[in-house]
Amino acid sequence: MANFLFYFFALLALVSAGLVVVSKNPVNAALGLLLSLVGVAGLFVLLNAALLAFVLLLVYAGAVVALFLFIIMLLDTRLEPSKPSPRLTLIAATLGGALLVVGVLSLNQRAILLAGGASGTGPTLKHYAEQLFTTYLLPVQLVGFLLLIAMLGVIVLSKKSDQAEETL
Amino acid sequence: MNALYQYWLNLPLVLQMVIKGLAVIGFMFPIGGACSLIERKVSAWMQGRHGPNRAIPFWIAWVPIIGPLLQRLGVFHLMADGGKMFFKEDPIPGHVNKFYFVLAPIVAMIPALTTVSVVPFGAYVDTAGQLVPLILADVDVGLLAVFAVSSLGVYALILAGWASNSKYPFLGGVRASAQLISYELSMTLSILPVFLWVNAPGGSGTLSLFAVVQAQSGPWHAWSGLWFIFTMPVAALIFLVSLFAETNRLPFDMAEGEADLVGGFHTEYGSLKWGLFFVAEYSHMLIGSGVFVLLFLGGWNPLPWLPLATFADWLGLAGNSLVVGALSMVIFLSKVLFFVFLFMWVRWTVPRFRYDQVMKLGWQKLLPLAIGNLIFYALVIAWVQVKN
Repeated sequence: MANFLFYFFALLALVSAGLVVVSKNPVNAALGLLLSLVGVAGLFVLLNAALLAFVLLLVYAGAVVALFLFIIMLLDTRLEPSKPSPRLTLIAATLGGALLVVGVLSLNQRAILLAGGASGTGPTLKHYAEQLFTTYLLPVQLVGFLLLIAMLGVIVLSKKSDQAEETL
Repeated sequence: MNALYQYWLNLPLVLQMVIKGLAVIGFMFPIGGACSLIERKVSAWMQGRHGPNRAIPFWIAWVPIIGPLLQRLGVFHLMADGGKMFFKEDPIPGHVNKFYFVLAPIVAMIPALTTVSVVPFGAYVDTAGQLVPLILADVDVGLLAVFAVSSLGVYALILAGWASNSKYPFLGGVRASAQLISYELSMTLSILPVFLWVNAPGGSGTLSLFAVVQAQSGPWHAWSGLWFIFTMPVAALIFLVSLFAETNRLPFDMAEGEADLVGGFHTEYGSLKWGLFFVAEYSHMLIGSGVFVLLFLGGWNPLPWLPLATFADWLGLAGNSLVVGALSMVIFLSKVLFFVFLFMWVRWTVPRFRYDQVMKLGWQKLLPLAIGNLIFYALVIAWVQVKN
């Protein structure tokens, strides 16, 4: 059963990730990304990491992809044959492919695969919290700071013209 | 009875899960439909009308007392409505994106029916005297799962609005997605104080809704006997307002707005596809009310300071887990039904907000209030726990 579920979710994640890259219609691509995230969340659940799975769903599937879709629909991109510059595509494809090869190779040769959790219970919320507030405190703070800067940047950029504010 | 129970235990685990899931879905669907009947009756009552009270099959009219009673309650209108939705023609307009147009109502049903699995709807006392929740999947992440899955509900609205490929549905879909994303923040922040209190230092840390109810079932005069609506009224208010927004109910039904958007995202839909959106809305309402009851109204405890186990002792039902389980479900469901009534009460009382008012309320009022509330309770809880 667990094997079947693993193959199901892995296939779902991979196929829909492929769909994100190849589909011409941006709405299809966004929904492919959504399905891929659902597949990855399923894999997390199989690894006894339910918290990660649901945080992934809540943040990425629930909010980020919804915003992507929102923007795609607002811009209303017609399916005109937009010609991406072939050189840029080539560079991006080469870089992406190289990264993939490096990733697979390093996984194959250097990775230390831990033995599967025999106990059947994953980490509890407390484990995550303790790690985040002790070992990984600095990275968490840095990422939070980065997000804050990004947020301030968005506010500054979108408020560049001093128009009369609408009143309630 | 025992043989039946043994037979049940011998079934494969997957089959057990499927049967349990189907049972809950089979319960949710008619209740969702019945809510539409309650809505019509409540709106009629508020406007001084009788509401639906005519339809009746002639052979039920022969049954004395019960027949006319069902007729007065309008039960057969509900069945006629359901039958109509199943059997009428289901046209797909020519200008829509067919795949996503058909997909959207199905997507609407998925979160509505999935979230039920992590919401406990009752509890019973087992032979060892422990309270055991009645729940499909008692996972540690409980509430997070509800939020995560129900946040996927926004896709149904966006897809329906976009796939309809016409002006009003599109505006409805765009408004709906902006509204849902905005109010999710205040909703999540408003319940954090509850879990700060539930997860006292030394515990293993949990987001399970059962643990929240346990934290509200203390004995007489204990702090833990008070429901969270009394100790955290602001959090309850923020959660309730966000719940109205998240379920797209008036005064927040920007997504539909029949006065300015015809029917919003479901303008182009008819028959059963429209019906699925409708049932999904009511299911969201039911689950949202259920979560509110569990978080702030003591779940299946009949009164503050009166936990279910004590209440069952008073009634002399201590050993009878089946009856206690049924009793807890009745208590829980009656609280939920009160909230369903509250949703309708507000709908037929308060006029719709303007869109800019919805956004201002969400971002400039509720969100700062929720953050302030969180900081206040974090300090208070830290102080209380240091003192103890």
